[in-house]
Amino acid sequence: MKLHLEDGSMWEGQSFGAPIAKGRQVHGEVVFNTGMVGYPEALTDPSYAGQILVTTYPLVGNYGVPDPKTLESEKIQISGLVISEYCEEYSHAGAVQSLSEWLRAAGVPAISGVDTRALTKRLREHGVMLGQLSEGRPAKKFIDPNERNLVADVSPRKKKVYGSGTVKIIALDCGMKENIVRSLVRKNVTLVRVPWDYDFTKEKYDALFISNGPGDPTQCAATIEHIRYAIKKNKPILGICLGNQLLALAAGAKTYKLKYGHRSQNQPAIEAGTDRCYITSQNHGFAVDEKSLPPGWEPWFHNANDGSNEGIRHKTKPWRSVQFHPEACPGPTDTAWIFDDFLRSLKAV
Amino acid sequence: MTRTPKKVLLLGSGGLRIGQAGEFDYSGSQAIKALKEEGIRVVLINPNIATVQTDEKLADEVYFLPLTPEFTEKVIRKEKPDAILLSFGGQTALNLGLTLEKKGVLKKYGVRVLGTPVATIRDTEDRDLFVKRLGEIGVKTARSIATASVAEAAQAASKIGYPVMVRSGFALGGEGSGVVRSEEELRAKLEEVFRSVPQVLVEEYLGGWKEIEYEVVRDRADNCITVCNMENFDPMGIHTGESIVVAPSQTLTNAEYHGLREIAIRTIRHLGIVGECNIQYALNPETGDYRVIEVNARLSRSSALASKATGYPLAFVAAKLALGYTLTEITNSVTRETIACFEPALDYVVLKIPRWDLNKFEKAAPRIGTEMKSVGEVMALGRNFEEVLQKALRMLNIGAYGLTAHKGENFRIPDFDDEIKNATTRRVFAIAEALKAGRSVESIHKASAIDPWFLHKMRRIMEIERSLARGTLTPARMREAKRAGFSDAQIAVIRKSTEASIRKARKRMRVLPVVKQIDTLAGEFPAQTNYLYMTYHGTEHDLVRGKKQVAVLGSGPYSIGSSVEFDWSSVQALHTLKKEGFGTIMINYNPETVSTDYDESDRLYFEELSLERVLDIADFEKPAGVIVSTGGQIPNNLALKLRKRAVPILGTKPEDIDRAENRHVFSKLLDRLGVDQPEWAELTTLTAAEKAAERIGYPVLVRPSYVLSGAAMSVAQDKESLVRFLKRAVDISSDYPVVISKFIENAREIEIDGVAQKGKLRVYAITEHVENAGKHSGDATVVLPPQRTYIETIRRARQIAKAIIKELKITGPFNIQFLAKDNRLQVIECNLRASRSFPFVSKVTGYNFIDIATKAMLGKDVSADYRTLELDLVAVKSPQFSYGRIKGADPVSYVEMASTGEVACFGDTYSEALLKSMMAAGFRLPKKNVLVSLGKEENKVKLLPSIELLSGMGFKIFATENTADFLRESDVACEKVYKISTHKHPNVGDLLAKGTLDLIINIPTRAFQSENTDGFTIRRKAVDTNVPLITNRQLAEAFVAALAEQKGNGLHAKSWREYRNGS
Repeated sequence: MKLHLEDGSMWEGQSFGAPIAKGRQVHGEVVFNTGMVGYPEALTDPSYAGQILVTTYPLVGNYGVPDPKTLESEKIQISGLVISEYCEEYSHAGAVQSLSEWLRAAGVPAISGVDTRALTKRLREHGVMLGQLSEGRPAKKFIDPNERNLVADVSPRKKKVYGSGTVKIIALDCGMKENIVRSLVRKNVTLVRVPWDYDFTKEKYDALFISNGPGDPTQCAATIEHIRYAIKKNKPILGICLGNQLLALAAGAKTYKLKYGHRSQNQPAIEAGTDRCYITSQNHGFAVDEKSLPPGWEPWFHNANDGSNEGIRHKTKPWRSVQFHPEACPGPTDTAWIFDDFLRSLKAV
Repeated sequence: MTRTPKKVLLLGSGGLRIGQAGEFDYSGSQAIKALKEEGIRVVLINPNIATVQTDEKLADEVYFLPLTPEFTEKVIRKEKPDAILLSFGGQTALNLGLTLEKKGVLKKYGVRVLGTPVATIRDTEDRDLFVKRLGEIGVKTARSIATASVAEAAQAASKIGYPVMVRSGFALGGEGSGVVRSEEELRAKLEEVFRSVPQVLVEEYLGGWKEIEYEVVRDRADNCITVCNMENFDPMGIHTGESIVVAPSQTLTNAEYHGLREIAIRTIRHLGIVGECNIQYALNPETGDYRVIEVNARLSRSSALASKATGYPLAFVAAKLALGYTLTEITNSVTRETIACFEPALDYVVLKIPRWDLNKFEKAAPRIGTEMKSVGEVMALGRNFEEVLQKALRMLNIGAYGLTAHKGENFRIPDFDDEIKNATTRRVFAIAEALKAGRSVESIHKASAIDPWFLHKMRRIMEIERSLARGTLTPARMREAKRAGFSDAQIAVIRKSTEASIRKARKRMRVLPVVKQIDTLAGEFPAQTNYLYMTYHGTEHDLVRGKKQVAVLGSGPYSIGSSVEFDWSSVQALHTLKKEGFGTIMINYNPETVSTDYDESDRLYFEELSLERVLDIADFEKPAGVIVSTGGQIPNNLALKLRKRAVPILGTKPEDIDRAENRHVFSKLLDRLGVDQPEWAELTTLTAAEKAAERIGYPVLVRPSYVLSGAAMSVAQDKESLVRFLKRAVDISSDYPVVISKFIENAREIEIDGVAQKGKLRVYAITEHVENAGKHSGDATVVLPPQRTYIETIRRARQIAKAIIKELKITGPFNIQFLAKDNRLQVIECNLRASRSFPFVSKVTGYNFIDIATKAMLGKDVSADYRTLELDLVAVKSPQFSYGRIKGADPVSYVEMASTGEVACFGDTYSEALLKSMMAAGFRLPKKNVLVSLGKEENKVKLLPSIELLSGMGFKIFATENTADFLRESDVACEKVYKISTHKHPNVGDLLAKGTLDLIINIPTRAFQSENTDGFTIRRKAVDTNVPLITNRQLAEAFVAALAEQKGNGLHAKSWREYRNGS
């Protein structure tokens, strides 16, 4: 099987996922992730929808795949997987199947034997590129997943309620990771998980949560409208990842596409005005343009490596969001306190 | 930021020993650089003269002094530093710092401890406090009870339930710890342990749990990161220093990896560490339950490994944090674009294997367990486990070709099942044998508790070996083999071909390795890193060939006989090359070295020093020259092979190096030059060996070329012992000849270290050994300038050296060893490379011999008037032994080298230098009670004046039976004690048990031979109960004379600079 990039380069490897029929191609935006652990979590992260994932860590599949209930969504979200070496014989007490079996069952193609470091360097230099996985020649046209509303693809169709606490939080699910749900559901909380374009503006609720999700935030016009309404109503808001971008857009700021995004578990984020630095898990290709933040808003966190925005907050109102993933899974748990702070402010803990 | 200190005292770690090796040269050097960058003056105490950190260019003042509270206080009084660093010199520095603090010395002189506070260090060192502190935040530790006596320990063990783990607090590398399965065993073990430590922990046994480590960094602003995690291939029950270790962890899920990471950060924050530390866990593979095993609140062997494994400069950063910087204020010195507050992402696999030398000790058991015995380690980088495992096994330099496909019958292990179950130093090879014999992964896992993940990978190596043997060697199969770490030599063994033809075929197939960078961020950011490795899992190089470069081949693993001195020499060569305008390439794979630091060379290949890999690098870089003479024997052995493949070697021609290495050729050369040498013969049959020994005359030294078990060399006193040795331990044949030479006793030994250019002597230093010939020169106490050697002998030695230099057309470093007896000189060894004494002679004479040698090799004129004989000081170098760690070994000098390191001290007189040097190697001066036990009449007679002197100084003399009788006859008052085997009282055992002895002088009956006698019991007990011991007559004489001379005189704390300036 081969990976074709839009720059004309071809990367050949051995297929270990679902087969692709002759003459067919699987399209996606090719991105790399530098995390060394957590492939089951990453693969089920809906933010990866539409993407062909390259892992820089060369050995993948080592500990198999655990019970899918413990993962980040009910299915594999990536379009394809590209790695250096696949581990045929996994070993872990908690594993229920191999990565290969899982990919095959999900119909997701994967190749191993690729110089993923060389591929990563190319993506770094060119920026993310569109790609196709196929057994034969690539299709002439590369399909850009960001042109379609990926959020609509991964967002649930129906609302779902968790818990029966006194504090009611509306969670806009734009591709929400399960660990966010696990992090928010506490004794005093009722979490109402709603589709991305769900109109909650007429309902009674105490706070709004905006989840992570795939693709370009400007595709989510309906969501942005609803958030604006919540702002108008002075409702406490917390956003994560895409949620950060959506909150920024709702506030009137702009977003832009990063050259190759942040996809890793080792991104340092410094809290503005302090010397506190947190190691964060990230997965995003778009970012908030800080300069466009309207008056009253300020940056909350910055990326210590490239200075890009890692979170925004309102100076006086209870509105804040982060670009990274405090829910981790995969990745470090340093910023789990963000959930605690949010729930504490709602008197939910 | 807190107040920046003006002057900082840095404590080093002393001589290399088991559990505390070269890694602290790395950490200390980095700390000095970090401090100097801030304009802080640095005062260093470290008697390890062979280190880079004690170089002139680094610290402002260097004290080659014993790391004792007394000497340190003298230095503090004199230097008045305003701060001290305790965490860069291993457990030695940490313990010394704790003592100084406890004694109030630091407070008295107003010395502030930088970095982790002393109270925190105590919390991590005292197990009771440690368990309590972790309990406060709900972090689990192994159930553990601190005990102060054998009775208390027995009670604790029955409470927890056998088997239990016993560990002693305040010990480096897990000394005196182990699994105990019954009360009887517990009592036997702890009798001994309680003599040297005040506290023993009895703990819950966690055998079979995974062992995981994290390296953690925290700053004063409470930013806390984990730089690296590591997983032990060998599960709990094998000391982490004895384990094969991989980074990052391979079998941990996200929940486990980040769960343990979260606990690490919570724990380190709670303890309040500022700087670097290491946290070790046991992880239950079935349930995911964990225990924190320990926290080392200092740089450690693991942190050196983590630093080299990730490219994150841990020691440098730790020093900055100790000064009050925060992690966000420090730049990532690898990328130079990002900050130090991040966690490296690896896009490769790292594997470390310990290097043992237990076969150097005749009685030592090859079993490994909870105590550390290894003397060094190697680290391999690659892109899968198979590749790094096979690379690392070759790097050990023990003759292994990889995991399998060795030459001949090497590494066949008949009883592999046993060695898997009861781990030995060669368990990994036993697993290979078991897999070959068809054992299942499951059964090996059951026997060893090693995670099946690792075993599956090993099985894959064995499968590839099997399939390689059959059919045509296609490019695809070649690539598969190379990606699984097979060397050309291994493939040649499997295919019954030669290494050269496999290489040729492989290059024709275009199956070639690529050069990859280690950049700490897995390619996410552009990095200017010089940190490289090669792999077959790749299609493109990360960089292009460098320009005008010279490569220096490093020294490989630290082992007995090859230690930090060769790293020092290699680093000096790099410095000189850089000064001379060359780009520098370093090739080495020892993570405990300074030469593998990111800032020592322009390009660092963390790679094998094998012919194959050096050729790969030479093919890619096409260096202008390669230096093979600073890294010891490993590069030296490659010289001719590289030359034959047109790699340009700098310095003495490889053909001439070979003439010195080839015993026959060199012997003929000496004959032609009219230079005397001990008689020798090379034999291929037992009968011939017997005849030759008869002709040469007993005792003879026997050196087999292939050893089955036990020590490689032996002294045969008579025909019977010769035959016994050759039959038991040696495979003798035309393929494996045996060399027999005259074993000369009662001769003095002198050495010349020097530099020559185009066959002319340029600079040299003559050193003499305190001990007579017979012991290994690496175990000798060495004096410079010579104190007892006649001018005539020195002149003669110089003449011989000049003749040899001319004949071999030497350009570069050399070392010649002589026996001197009655003004007659015999050459016993000649090396056309830097020897282990190069740093010593360089630092004592004030001339950097490697700098001169490197310039000579580059063709610069280095002729000058070097004065090395008339010095205003005396320096003594002493061996550092690790017998305490090698259970059952006889702590006596022997033809095989046994010391693991060395120290050196300066003095205004010989006696001052000798006493300081011995103390620096761990010797304590006696206060009152001395036990004397002298084998052989000659030893008694010759040592009588010394014993009289001791008695005259007011020491109380105890003596064993015959020695006591002899002393009484000679009118020396002494108390007679019985040998232990007599079971009469008072016996030596009683004295040792009481702990009243300050010194034991025990001279074996048969010099330089191990014996199973009362003498052995005394010596072994002395080591096990930590009583200073002298086993050599000449050293005993020199020591007593020095003690008498120095009495009441005081040993000075003068810096190296003061000695050099003659003040």
